[in-house]
Amino acid sequence: MTTMTIAKAINEGLRATLSNNPKSLLMGEDIGPLGGVYRVTDGLIAEFGADRVVDTPLAESGIVGTAIGLALRGYLPVCEIQFDGFVFPGFNQITTQLAKMHSRSSGNLTVPVVIRIPYGGGIGSIEHHSESPEALFAHTAGLRIITPSNPHDAYWMIQQAVDCQDPVIVFEPKRRYWLKGEVDTEAAGLAEDPFKAHIVREGTDATVVVYGPLVPVALAAANAAAEDGRSVEVIDLRSISPIDFDAIEASVKKTGRLIVAHEAPTFGGIGGEIAARISERAFHSLEAPVIRVGGFHMPYPVAKVEEDYLPDIDRILEALDRTFAY
Amino acid sequence: MGATHLPSTEFDGTGLDDQLEAEAEAALGEPAAEMVQLLGPDGTLGTDPVFSEYAERLDAEKLRGFYADMAAIRRFDQEATALQRQGQLALWVPLTGQEAAQIGSGRASQPQDYIFPTYREHGVALTRNVDLAELLRQFRGISNGGWNPKDTNFHLYTLVLAAQTPHAVGYAMGIQRDQRLAEANGLAESGTAEPKAAVMVYFGDGASSEGDVHESMVFASSYNAPVVFFCQNNHWAISVPTAVQTRIPLSNRAKGYGFPGIRVDGNDVIAVHAVTEWALEHARQGNGPVLIEAFTYRVGAHTTADDPTKYRESSEEALWRAKDPLERLEKYLRSEGMADDAFFEQVAADGNELAAYIRKSTYESDTPDIRTAFANTYVEAHPLVAEELAWFEEYSAGFAGEDTAEGAGN
Repeated sequence: MTTMTIAKAINEGLRATLSNNPKSLLMGEDIGPLGGVYRVTDGLIAEFGADRVVDTPLAESGIVGTAIGLALRGYLPVCEIQFDGFVFPGFNQITTQLAKMHSRSSGNLTVPVVIRIPYGGGIGSIEHHSESPEALFAHTAGLRIITPSNPHDAYWMIQQAVDCQDPVIVFEPKRRYWLKGEVDTEAAGLAEDPFKAHIVREGTDATVVVYGPLVPVALAAANAAAEDGRSVEVIDLRSISPIDFDAIEASVKKTGRLIVAHEAPTFGGIGGEIAARISERAFHSLEAPVIRVGGFHMPYPVAKVEEDYLPDIDRILEALDRTFAY
Repeated sequence: MGATHLPSTEFDGTGLDDQLEAEAEAALGEPAAEMVQLLGPDGTLGTDPVFSEYAERLDAEKLRGFYADMAAIRRFDQEATALQRQGQLALWVPLTGQEAAQIGSGRASQPQDYIFPTYREHGVALTRNVDLAELLRQFRGISNGGWNPKDTNFHLYTLVLAAQTPHAVGYAMGIQRDQRLAEANGLAESGTAEPKAAVMVYFGDGASSEGDVHESMVFASSYNAPVVFFCQNNHWAISVPTAVQTRIPLSNRAKGYGFPGIRVDGNDVIAVHAVTEWALEHARQGNGPVLIEAFTYRVGAHTTADDPTKYRESSEEALWRAKDPLERLEKYLRSEGMADDAFFEQVAADGNELAAYIRKSTYESDTPDIRTAFANTYVEAHPLVAEELAWFEEYSAGFAGEDTAEGAGN
């Protein structure tokens, strides 16, 4: 066991990938000598050279598009998109090309491309640097989407993404890059399957489903609720596509109440999908409607008011109050 | 390149093009791109200081082969159009007029090269030994591809314009890495290395406006990738003329990226072959990308759903029919005594045989099953796909026997 930050864990995961698989390579803007704007690729170009850690021209469609070509040639590219709000020039390549290549080739071609995207707010940044666009990608069949919330998961999930033969988008919770935790680099243990949700706190009265940056928030809210005598179960979704509905269903059948929280706007979001599916699967177990906590239907607001936009402990507690009121 | 190149303005399809190019010349203070041409519309072979030596390598058999290929793909094009009109295909994308650009370039490629087409490269598909019956599967609505690109190094058609251009550059970056790896492992010296390869990517004058072309050329130039950008300027992006896409010859754009750009008479199969052979070898030898602009014309409609009478004069089409790629090669072959009536009769008979094969294969093609789509959405097991498939099977089972009952009732 080693203690490290999420950023360092991804760095070590990428180092392991580059060491273990000669066909893997990293590509992105400023990922070479600078080590990426978040230093996630720090030191890797010195160790693996410019053919394996590629500083690209400033062009996201070009990054994803050339990664697809490299994958068709048998390589395993890991692309870094500098910020969530800058993925959109590459959106066409991701949704019309990357996601569909296996399907449209009748299964003859595979494009195991990984795309890393730092996402989410809470860092006081300027516009386009704090967004949570995961639902836009989750709606596209052919992609897998995962998001680690702690260093151990981060270390293993980035490697599992590279090993996966499908394209995988890894949303990295940027405001938690410096969150420290223990990493077992010898064994994945519970993190063996990146597409399974984890119960990170057991409870009996209500279930709160979160992922990425909101996992610590939900845990804090559950602790606060415990002081009021409420036993809240917290699930870290980990995978946004596919979603581990079995885990959520089992929890809801135990607790009877479900809250889904994410930074992304609630409208058309992952929370709505979970609410609909769980209503179908566990209707008779639900004591209250599924409640969503998330961003508002507006462009991500300016940094000085993002506190009012982002779901925090109180927003989750308010949702818990509402569910218990039924 | 040389003094013998005819100025492109002589070959422009419209007066508007001439005017715009003259304006561009005046604005840039440089002449419009000269065009490489070896075999003129009158069927006489000219010379070129750089490319004549490539033409000299072509013996009578090769030239007859070019003609046979062009005639075959034109016959195929007619047959596919007919199949669409009969309701056998949902849509067809005709290539008539562009045979020389496609056969000349495709025949210049080698098996180890990888080709990324857009969606009109039926002629290139022929040169890569793609089964043309399989190619029609996409247009019949029974597949999104139809052939396995790994068999022929001819990628699937890409319908999102220019989206395949960065794929080509990435593939070329992969070739570079493979070669460096082989060199590092000493395979090159031992003679066991794979033959050097390049990538060729096709797009049109319309797609040249897409950002992906720009990004691809930047990447290709930055990494000196072995890729040939083959632009068929067929003068019309559905209804919009080239002049709306560019104010300078497209081949001149290469200069801005720092690699060679060549405009070639796209209706001259000998020149197209020569220029492409040169460009692919240039790329294979590690000298970086090349842009080829094949100056040609889409004689027919954009697709079977298009109506060119809405946007262009038939006189313009007539002007280009006079530059027909097949006719000029026929004139040349006959005048040089390389082919006689018997040859052309055989080509026509072969074309009819191909058409019959295409017709039969289309009529007999299988009906797809949506279960294939479930199976191919992901490589690895996916719980949502499994759940939806299970639901679909249960739902479908509810209709078991109904088809038979209806049939009996009728």
